[in-house]
Amino acid sequence: MNEHPDKENYLMAGYGWRSWFLTTDHKRIAILYMLSITFFFAIGAFFALLIRLELLTPAGDFVSSATYNRLFTMHGIIMVWFFLIPSIPSVLGNFLIPLMIGADDLSFPRLNLASWYIFMLGGIFTLISILFGGLDTGWTFYTPYSSSYASGQVLNAGLGIIISGFSSILTGLNFIVTIHKKRAPGLTWGRLPLFIWAHYATSLIFVLATPVLAVTLLLMIVERTLHIGIFDPSLGGDPVLFQHLFWFYSHPAVYIMILPAMGVVSEIVPCFSRRKIFGYKMMACASLAIATLGFLVWGHHMFVSGQSVYAGIIFSLFSFLVAIPSGIKVFNWVATMFRGTITFSTPMIYAFGFIGLFTIGGLTGLFLAALGMDIHVQDTYFVVAHFHYIMVGGAIMGYLGGIHFWWPKICGRLYPKGWPGLSALLIFIGFNLTFFPQFLLGYMGMPRRYHFYPEEFQALHVLSSAGASILGVGYIFPFFYLAWSFFRGPRAEPNPWRATGLEWKTESPPPVHNFDQTPIVTEDPYSYEEKP
Amino acid sequence: MHHEAIRIAGPVTTMSGVVDQLYWFLVFLTVLTSGLIIFLMLFFAVKYRRRPGHEVSHVVIEKTGLIEAIWIGVPLIVFLVIFFWGAKIYFQQMQVPAGALPIYCVAKQWMWKFQHPEGKREINELHIPIGVPIQVTLISQDVIHSFFVPAFRTKMDVLPNRYTNLWFQVNQPGEYKIFCSEYCGLWHSLMQGKVIAMTLDEYESWVDRGKKEPMALKGEQLIAKYGCWQCHQRGSTIASPIFDGLYGGKVHLSDGRTIVADETYIRESIVDPGRRLVAGYANVMPTFKDQISEEEILQLIAFIKSLGVSPGPASSEKTP
Amino acid sequence: MTSSASLEDSALMAENRKRTAELGMWIFLASEALLFGGLFLAYFVYRYSFPQAFAAGVRENDLILGTINTIILMLSALFMTLGILAAENDNKKSSLSCLIMTAFLGLTFLGIKSLEYSHKFQHHLYPGGVFMPEKNWPVGERIFFGLYFVMTGVHALHLLVGIGILAWLIFVLSHKPRVRDSTVWLYTFGLYWHYIDLIWIFLFPSLYLLGRFG
Repeated sequence: MNEHPDKENYLMAGYGWRSWFLTTDHKRIAILYMLSITFFFAIGAFFALLIRLELLTPAGDFVSSATYNRLFTMHGIIMVWFFLIPSIPSVLGNFLIPLMIGADDLSFPRLNLASWYIFMLGGIFTLISILFGGLDTGWTFYTPYSSSYASGQVLNAGLGIIISGFSSILTGLNFIVTIHKKRAPGLTWGRLPLFIWAHYATSLIFVLATPVLAVTLLLMIVERTLHIGIFDPSLGGDPVLFQHLFWFYSHPAVYIMILPAMGVVSEIVPCFSRRKIFGYKMMACASLAIATLGFLVWGHHMFVSGQSVYAGIIFSLFSFLVAIPSGIKVFNWVATMFRGTITFSTPMIYAFGFIGLFTIGGLTGLFLAALGMDIHVQDTYFVVAHFHYIMVGGAIMGYLGGIHFWWPKICGRLYPKGWPGLSALLIFIGFNLTFFPQFLLGYMGMPRRYHFYPEEFQALHVLSSAGASILGVGYIFPFFYLAWSFFRGPRAEPNPWRATGLEWKTESPPPVHNFDQTPIVTEDPYSYEEKP
Repeated sequence: MHHEAIRIAGPVTTMSGVVDQLYWFLVFLTVLTSGLIIFLMLFFAVKYRRRPGHEVSHVVIEKTGLIEAIWIGVPLIVFLVIFFWGAKIYFQQMQVPAGALPIYCVAKQWMWKFQHPEGKREINELHIPIGVPIQVTLISQDVIHSFFVPAFRTKMDVLPNRYTNLWFQVNQPGEYKIFCSEYCGLWHSLMQGKVIAMTLDEYESWVDRGKKEPMALKGEQLIAKYGCWQCHQRGSTIASPIFDGLYGGKVHLSDGRTIVADETYIRESIVDPGRRLVAGYANVMPTFKDQISEEEILQLIAFIKSLGVSPGPASSEKTP
Repeated sequence: MTSSASLEDSALMAENRKRTAELGMWIFLASEALLFGGLFLAYFVYRYSFPQAFAAGVRENDLILGTINTIILMLSALFMTLGILAAENDNKKSSLSCLIMTAFLGLTFLGIKSLEYSHKFQHHLYPGGVFMPEKNWPVGERIFFGLYFVMTGVHALHLLVGIGILAWLIFVLSHKPRVRDSTVWLYTFGLYWHYIDLIWIFLFPSLYLLGRFG
């Protein structure tokens, strides 16, 4: 294993449990996050597996309705708050932001460690709620069902989400301050990698949207325990107010999931096309525009909830406007490839997958933003398919692409050829087979969160379940070959992809303090034309 | 007759075809745009793949501004078209045509209860005539539900404490599935029903079969039963707003606001009389919450409606 | 590295640390603003729905205790500022006594607040199964008092956390020969403390004044 003696790289800096659990090194904390969210992903995926098994037949015969309702609730809660939201920011963002800006760590390293502990504390509350039987409110916690009717562990799950929210807030705060204060000399705002811009925009959402979720769930919990009447119609409260507050957070939360993935793709595409990113400024502005406009569209989840027609009109208009910066990004990625020199490395395959699936996910979003159309497809499988195209097709593709892109940097090892491409292909095929039929189901009127369903829908459900099994297999491969690579993989050079960016200028894996000397930046990002 | 849950195309209702036009336009746009992007992406990937003899381009595209302006401008125009198209349909869907046949629906975990103005009541089945607009007034007894008929391309959330409305005009006789599409607890997925659309003649004979008392008449009986007349009558000792011409009129509230006396306000005045008092009256009415069912409230409202609509503000009809 | 350069460096680093900490705190406070913003939104939505109940609720609150508490918090803000100024002048004794005074005033606020809570409990004005207002109030009173307890409760929790951190700061400072080196901490914490005061400045009129004399 030790062909040449290691320098003090961050992985070798200590071996005891204290060196990991009390570390303030952003790289080690990123590894802690990676292991934690992989664990949560496995739990969420297990629930998804049971859901797809149940839906093979129209009769609710595999599990009871009570169980089924708990399964989709816990699948949603785990996947949204304990996998997707922390995924790219907490793992790749944590690892890469200081490296990309030439810093030795985040601005507040101890706060960073505290964020991980807070995240885990929230996770433990949620796991306790699952172990004690779970809850059946749906991940959206709509009142008055959640506050007055639902049985189960609503309090523990709600507290778990509130607590993990503070982890998000502190992580976002840390990122913003770091990006402002710790950039290397010469790294002006106009030279920041787009990954950094994406995380800056994401962090703004973390900081400004998450507290609203915390207070909304707090009010829901107080309503449930003390019956203050705020969401209880029998006491004069308005349950729809909960929806407004909830979506004020949860719509921007979708952009928390997709913006970092866009940042990852913006790094991968120029590198494997050997081209400067097309329209750098516009890409950076688009990230900020998405983050800003994302705060003004929450009402499009409520077109049929009895809100005023005029509110619906405004929210619809803003929803179309927020699609424009997303469109710019897609066009610019494709334009970046024009006249490039393209290699089909694993990260690039994931980037292709991301662009294709995100485009479909985004365009189907137009159906939901169009008022008259939304009335029909709202709360059906069309919505389920749409947001899985964004969250799974987009965010997870981006996460996996990023993991494969920066893996040599993270571990100092390469992964084998062949397997990663095969698993990416399986994920792509399995994903489309799982979720494309759900668009059709939705248009035909299959409502979401249905345990029993009419027989007419069975054929498409069987297709979807078949796709899910392929998708599941596709997700299992990376566990094995990445684990193999971690222990046995061939050593990676500092810059195996010949990429630009400061993170590639240091060793793989990086030394504890990242850089022996503070780097000085003298060129614009993505100067690939000079380095074919 | 056959089930119509899965009807992909065809004007089952006056609006379903209109929604489908937009749908197919959006499908076309999605296929075209995503097809173009995926094609270009793969085309570039193959054409510019790294291979022996591939010439590396050093050309930097400088004038990105114009290209990006096109990428903003064209989608913006397309999006605005879709926006106005969708909004137009939404307005039509939300605007109940005058003279629509009223049907009243009370939803509870996990069933749909319907009342016809003529007095017929049914559960999980809704008989309606074709060729006339139908207005369904919805209210929930417990949690939020959503009334969804896929074949009609319409749905509306059913809220506790507040009436919502949706309308449709069915053109073909048949049976159409009703789903609850807002998650409402344990048996959410079994909260299904069907709309049975029949010709006007068939409907009239169905309504007449086993003749029931009309809702308004029942409402009048309830008003006697609950003793509402003691106060809500001209010349009563306790001054109270009277019912004649109340519905649809303007009401001046004691806090200075003016509102329209719609179904939601009348219902609120029964279950929660002190919340929005009519100006000039004391808060003396007891609440009828928990004593009167949602169905009965609807009957009371039907009776009040039958007394006619006044153009003038209700509070001007104070008893002397 | 020569010693004069390292001295210059450390001054620069201290300045840098202060700015970094300051920015971090401002971002945290922006986040907090939305936390309380959600509560104030709920408050004003229901105030619009139940103007009479909210006015009645406001009248039920003790204006005198509320005013005293407002003055106490404003005094605590004054002492907080004086404590930071003293620390900047490296006056350890004066700085520590100002900070202790700040913490003491914070505790007094909480004491008066709990007195108010206990009055409410005696009148059964707390949410839960046995909510029993003695007068025949308009509907919405439950919501008013529910929001009252949540809003003042979340505020009191912030104050409690603040007093905890302050006590720790006092402890750390008392063991340091030069308090001047710790002004970054004090200054950053001071932002938080003033912010809690500011929240109260919004809570006080909302819960004690609006509609009282109308």
